Amino acid sequence: MKQLTHFLEGFGSAVQLLFQSARFAGTLPRQRARFIDQCYLIGYTTLPIVAILCFFMGSVLALQSGYSMENFGAKQFIGSLVGLSFARELGPVIVAILVAGRVGSAITAELASMKVYQEVDALVTMNIPPARILVLPRLAAVLVMMPVLAIIGNLIGWFGGAVICKYVESIAIEPEAYFSALRRYMKFKDVGTGLMKAEIFGFVVVLICCSIGLNTRGGPREIGASVTKAVVVSLISILVLDYFVTKALM
Amino acid sequence: MTHPIHRNPITAVESPAVGVTIDGLTKNFGTFRALKNVSFSVEPGEIFVLMGPSGSGKSVLLKHIVGLEAATAGRVLINGQDATAEHTLERIRIALVFQAGALFNSLSVYDNLALYPREHRFGDESTIRDKVMRALQILSLENSAQKFPSELSGGMRKRVAIARALVMEPQLMLYDEPTSELDPVMSATISEIIATLKDEYHVTTIVVSHDRELALGIADRVGILMGGELVFLGPPANLRQPADPRIADFFHPRIDLKNPRFKNLET
Repeated sequence: MKQLTHFLEGFGSAVQLLFQSARFAGTLPRQRARFIDQCYLIGYTTLPIVAILCFFMGSVLALQSGYSMENFGAKQFIGSLVGLSFARELGPVIVAILVAGRVGSAITAELASMKVYQEVDALVTMNIPPARILVLPRLAAVLVMMPVLAIIGNLIGWFGGAVICKYVESIAIEPEAYFSALRRYMKFKDVGTGLMKAEIFGFVVVLICCSIGLNTRGGPREIGASVTKAVVVSLISILVLDYFVTKALM
Repeated sequence: MTHPIHRNPITAVESPAVGVTIDGLTKNFGTFRALKNVSFSVEPGEIFVLMGPSGSGKSVLLKHIVGLEAATAGRVLINGQDATAEHTLERIRIALVFQAGALFNSLSVYDNLALYPREHRFGDESTIRDKVMRALQILSLENSAQKFPSELSGGMRKRVAIARALVMEPQLMLYDEPTSELDPVMSATISEIIATLKDEYHVTTIVVSHDRELALGIADRVGILMGGELVFLGPPANLRQPADPRIADFFHPRIDLKNPRFKNLET
């Protein structure tokens, strides 16, 4: 019962934060510098790990599917399998998980520390709503950067698959054949669905991390606890939402 | 009632000082009662020092004045307006100097001070710069404008926090333990700054402190909270020989050297 109450409190406070931030949407043009800072943090600093992870996920996917599909004589479809898997599912989910781990934890740590050391209280007494300058630029930045990260993640994942297909002897499929299969069986809607999912996951992750950070109470120890909580809640939310969003977009 | 007019320290613009009324304020944290039916008022342009032992509810009361805490019962009125109402902070400029400064660690001293005027569009960047540099000059901090809070000493952090409050052109200044953790020289400097701001600009001031010297030196009136109750309200002169033994103990604590705990002190 206590855990349910905590969950509902957390959910309510995240929704409240969302509405508070939306109220200040008109101030975003004046907050260009903060918005660009957040785009840099969310996009640029996450890019290297997105690239590495997506490359190897694409490679492993091609390797595993090559190994299995060889038995059915269906190796020529590896490109479409890797392409569709990445565009519809793996790309958005991997990027969202990385954003939760890399950016979400940093957001929670920063906001929790500001809360614990009374910087957030100072903002309130200065009549500067934290939702306006701490949350809104982050939400706007993640909306812009998630599709970019997801597209780059997809491209690198596809490329990783192509490299494995060419250089692993047991598969030995030329890149032209791999990409031709990828193009043949993939529609624009598949990529669009993936980008939509990335957008939703990223937005929810940043909202959760901001909300948990701003609701931190206590001392330095609670900052660490908040970061752990934010990452765990974000990861669970991504996977739970994944099912419902996939079902809704089918 | 007519309120005295004061000139703002930064802009020299005239604005009315505000009065504060605490009316039957009670605050419970779970089963713990932090404030018990506290009532008093602070006149416009007055320095009111709120004292009391640790955990007596002083800082909690300050948070109620600035709207950071909601009362369990009772209310706080600032110029007749409820402190918790959203529009109160929009209409009345209240500055709180936090005990630890609460400076924005990711911003330089200059940007800490410029944040409020930028967010509230006090003018173009050159106007804001003038205000910020004026506030830094008042607190003798003009050479620290580009430093970050982590590079400052405790005393400098307190002065930056006061300078940041001044840039807000406040009608009501609240200080939470402004002299705690400071050496006697810096404590005296901060006390002097608080008194100067009041004398020259008549900003209504509420100071929460343990510091007896500060209270007796600068206060127009003093309130003493003990266990969440207001046990004294009056001019500081009345505290030199208080009749209430609780207040006497607080002001003139006696150490019983016969107590075995202090046996090393006797030898």
